[in-house]
Amino acid sequence: MQKIYSDAASALDGLLFDGMTIAAGGFGLCGIPERLIDAIQASGVKDLTIASNNAGIDNEGLGKLLRTRQVKKMISSYVGENKEFERQYLAGELEVEFCPQGTLAERMRAGGAGIPGFYTKTGVGTLVAEGKEVKNFDGEDYILERGIRADLSIIKGWKADESGNLIFRKTARNFNQPAATSGKICVAEVEEIVPVGSLDPDSIHVPSIYVKRLVLGAPYDKKIEFMTTRERTAA
Amino acid sequence: MVWDRNQMAARAAMELKDGYYVNLGIGIPTLVANNIPEGMTVTLQSENGMLGIGPFPYTDEVDADLINAGKQTISELPSSSYFSSSDSFAMIRGGHIDLTVLGAMEISEGGDIANWMIPGKMIKGMGGAMDLVAGVKRIIVVMEHSSKNGDPKFIPECTLPLTGKNVVDMIITDLAVFQRPDHDSPFKLIELAPGVTAEEVRSKTTANYVE
Repeated sequence: MQKIYSDAASALDGLLFDGMTIAAGGFGLCGIPERLIDAIQASGVKDLTIASNNAGIDNEGLGKLLRTRQVKKMISSYVGENKEFERQYLAGELEVEFCPQGTLAERMRAGGAGIPGFYTKTGVGTLVAEGKEVKNFDGEDYILERGIRADLSIIKGWKADESGNLIFRKTARNFNQPAATSGKICVAEVEEIVPVGSLDPDSIHVPSIYVKRLVLGAPYDKKIEFMTTRERTAA
Repeated sequence: MVWDRNQMAARAAMELKDGYYVNLGIGIPTLVANNIPEGMTVTLQSENGMLGIGPFPYTDEVDADLINAGKQTISELPSSSYFSSSDSFAMIRGGHIDLTVLGAMEISEGGDIANWMIPGKMIKGMGGAMDLVAGVKRIIVVMEHSSKNGDPKFIPECTLPLTGKNVVDMIITDLAVFQRPDHDSPFKLIELAPGVTAEEVRSKTTANYVE
C-alpha cells in the first residue's frame, strides 16, 4: 500500500466533489495544510462546507478558497483578521456557523471516534444553545452538540514515516489531531517523510490508520500573524 | 486615582496561588503574566495546545510553530508541554484549570458575561471564551468600569449576546473589585481604587450589589 503521492493535487485525486464537507487542521496560520489548500483551490471544487477553527487571513490559508468563492459555509470559532471573509459574510454570500473552539475540537474528535453527539455545558444559556437539546445531569444543564464526520480531512504534520505514522511540532498540532480523525479519509502534508522505524512508536501523535494519503509539502515558508519578541539584555 | 491597566492586572495577579494552572485572555488579562509574585509557580495555559507559556522569544529564536492563542510568537519553558486542541479543551471543560482572567463588554449582577458579539457589527466569533467560562473553576473579569460612552458595564441584565450565564466570580475594574462567594450570592464590593469612594462606584453602576 503506497501512501506517498508526488504532489498535493495527486494526493487529492478522486476525493473532491462539489458540496462536500472538509475538516481542516490549523490555528490561525500555524499548522495549516497550505499545499492541500492550494490544490483544492486549483481543482475548482465548490460549495464547500469547511470545519476549521479559523478561516485564514486575506489570501493566506483558507482565505484563498474564500477569495475564489469555493466556500459555501464555514464552521469556525474565530474569523477575525480577514477582510474578504467579512465582505462575503456581511453581503450574505457566505454562511457561517460559529462554534465555540472547544466544542469544535470535540465535534471533530467525537465524529472521528464514532460518537454522533455529546453533551457539553459550553454555550448553555447563549445563542449557541438555540435549537439544541438541553439535558440536566446532576443538577447542571448541558446542550447536545453533534460530532462532525467530514468527507475529507486535510492536515499538516511535521514528520511522517512512509507508513503514515505522523508527529506534529509544538503548537502546530492544534486542530490537526482531531481533524485527522474526523474525515472519512485523511490526506496529510508534512515537512519530512522518514523511513519506517525512524519515529519512536511511543511518540506518534496520529497513528498510520488515519493517514491514507501523504505528500511532502516542503519547503515551507511559514507565516507569522503577530511577531512578538523581547530584547536581549546585556549580561 | 483610578487603577490603570497594569494595576488592574496586578490586582488580578493577587488572586493567583502557588501551583495554579491559569488561562489568560487577550488584552489586560495578558498583563497578569508580568505580575506573578516572585517565588510562586503559576503555569499558564494557551488554549491552542500548550501548558507552560514562556516569555516572548528573542528575535533570533522566533518560531512560527510556537504561538499563543492570540497568535503571537512565544517561547517554551523546560516544564512546557504540547497537546491538541481537543486535549486542551478537555482540560478547560473538565474543570482542570484553576483560574481564568478575561475581558468583558458587559457583566450582569447575576454573573452573566457578554464579551464576544455586538449585533449589527462584524462578528468575529467567540473563540475559546465560551468554553473557558463554562469549564474553568474560577472566572475573574478585568474591565473598565464604564464604556467609552460612559455607560456602566456592570449592569442588571446584559444587553449583548451572552458568552456564559451565571459564571463570573470576581470583577476587577479601574474603580473597584466585586466578588461573590458562590453563584447563588450577590456580588459584594470588596475593594476601592485609591481615592475612589463607594458613592462614586454606586453612581457609575446600575447592577445591584452588596456594600
